[in-house]
Amino acid sequence: MAPVWLHRYAVLLACCTLFLVVAGALVTSHEAGLSVPDWPLSYGKLMPEMEGGIFYEHGHRMIATTVGFLTIILAVWLWRAEPRPWLKKLGWAALGAVIFQGLLGGMTVIFMLPKPVSVSHACLAQLFFSTIVAISWFTSAAWRRGGTLVEDQGAPGLRSLAVAASGSLFLQLALGAATRHKAFGVTPHVLGAVLATGMVLWLIVRILLRHGNHQGLVRPALALLAITFSQVFLGVAAYMSRLATADAPQPMPVMIGFTVVHVAVGALTLATSVIVAIQVFRFVQPEPAVSGARVPVAS
Amino acid sequence: MRTPSILSTGLCALALVLTGCGGGETKTEEGRSKAAPASAATLRIDPATAATVTGKVTFTGEKPVRRPISMDSTPACARAHTEPVLSEEAIVNDNGTLRNAFVWVKSGLPDGTWEVPREMVTIDQVGCIYVPHVVGVQTNQEVQFLNSDPTNHNIHPLPRANREWNESQPPKGEPKIKTFPKQEIMIPIKCNVHPWMRVYVGVVDHPFFAVTGEDGSFTLKGLPPGQYTVQAWHEKYGTQEIQVTVAAQESKTADFDFKG
Repeated sequence: MAPVWLHRYAVLLACCTLFLVVAGALVTSHEAGLSVPDWPLSYGKLMPEMEGGIFYEHGHRMIATTVGFLTIILAVWLWRAEPRPWLKKLGWAALGAVIFQGLLGGMTVIFMLPKPVSVSHACLAQLFFSTIVAISWFTSAAWRRGGTLVEDQGAPGLRSLAVAASGSLFLQLALGAATRHKAFGVTPHVLGAVLATGMVLWLIVRILLRHGNHQGLVRPALALLAITFSQVFLGVAAYMSRLATADAPQPMPVMIGFTVVHVAVGALTLATSVIVAIQVFRFVQPEPAVSGARVPVAS
Repeated sequence: MRTPSILSTGLCALALVLTGCGGGETKTEEGRSKAAPASAATLRIDPATAATVTGKVTFTGEKPVRRPISMDSTPACARAHTEPVLSEEAIVNDNGTLRNAFVWVKSGLPDGTWEVPREMVTIDQVGCIYVPHVVGVQTNQEVQFLNSDPTNHNIHPLPRANREWNESQPPKGEPKIKTFPKQEIMIPIKCNVHPWMRVYVGVVDHPFFAVTGEDGSFTLKGLPPGQYTVQAWHEKYGTQEIQVTVAAQESKTADFDFKG
């Protein structure tokens, strides 16, 4: 089957995974994580009555199961059709991650939301989504077209900056998950926002100033800039809406809406930063001698 | 249906690595285990010396607004009510007193183990509301949880000193009989299916506690003569303490005033 279909399938799985992240955020925001006390069945059934918190918790499980099966297909498809060994391995790694993620989800239920497990579950969701987005990118026509190599300039190196930006964004997502699961207060997450935004801005400014004509770098960098600013706004909105509805007897739609979108855009932010990092590692070379050469097709 | 044992065992092993399987009990001042020495006699109320402390829990300040609860997510819950359902977090009675305050003797009682009442305390789920909203029980006294609703609930205590558990209860299902072996002020109990549902259980290792009702009053009967610290707890307004000294068969008044 043509590579384009593999790419389209990977994009479909990425969309399903983002939907799964949204469903997971809805579970937490509705405080419905333990509305189904048993696992892997729900109230001893495959399909309980979908009402109240059960709708969100069991719905999350159903979407997760679907994503798990879709990931099996992706891993097998890559194994059979993909010539690049490292991409085959990435497919199996994604499958391993989604299986482990399912076990973490089960543990959150059986052991009643132990904070380390719940936070790990949230963090692995973000990593899994970024992995699927990366696979989508690696199987795309844009990746196969390759591009021009450019020489890195300045210190620290752009590769180091890209890794630091993605790392700080992942740390920030972990702090956000810890805040949501009440491992600690909001202050570390706010400080993390300053750090992550600063790192992202540093990376983007460097790309725009030094490699402003390289579309393979500029486009994902501008996308990361837009998403990061949206995320900062959504973070403020989520926090303000939480404060405004603190005395409500139940989670209120305005708080749930902003928080869930904040979580979803957080996943997009990390995934976009990973794409930027991939592009930087592909096109930006530390040695001056390689400047102007082209990346081999489909490497 | 129970989780397959192999799966549970494997997950528990993994959880032990990651979390210590929940860790040990957190012992706080109010959550201390007060098991008496084996030789200690069981304490009972002595009618010959029994003293009484009565009082009111009043409220000063702007009367809190009771927020409406939306039960739209579960039609069976919404159908159970013809009037809007309001939050029970803070209810100021018409006479200016505070409802659902838990009043108990925090300290001053003689050491020993008090006789545990045989009567069960009942917590029902009616119209997707826990009834009552605040309740007191003695340590190891049986509590029966009922589900009078035509819908699923899960009962999920969030204790600090006692054991956490989370069990589903089908529509009009069998009562669940539970005990809380350690003193703890207070244990919130949630239903995660319906996030507005919450009951607070005060677990005390003696029989001297009360919950204020529609007149905001309380009575602590049968106290031995002595000097006591009496505490009032409220879900929204926190705690207050009063020192009271009573002689044999004496009645004293101890009023609390919470400010909004």
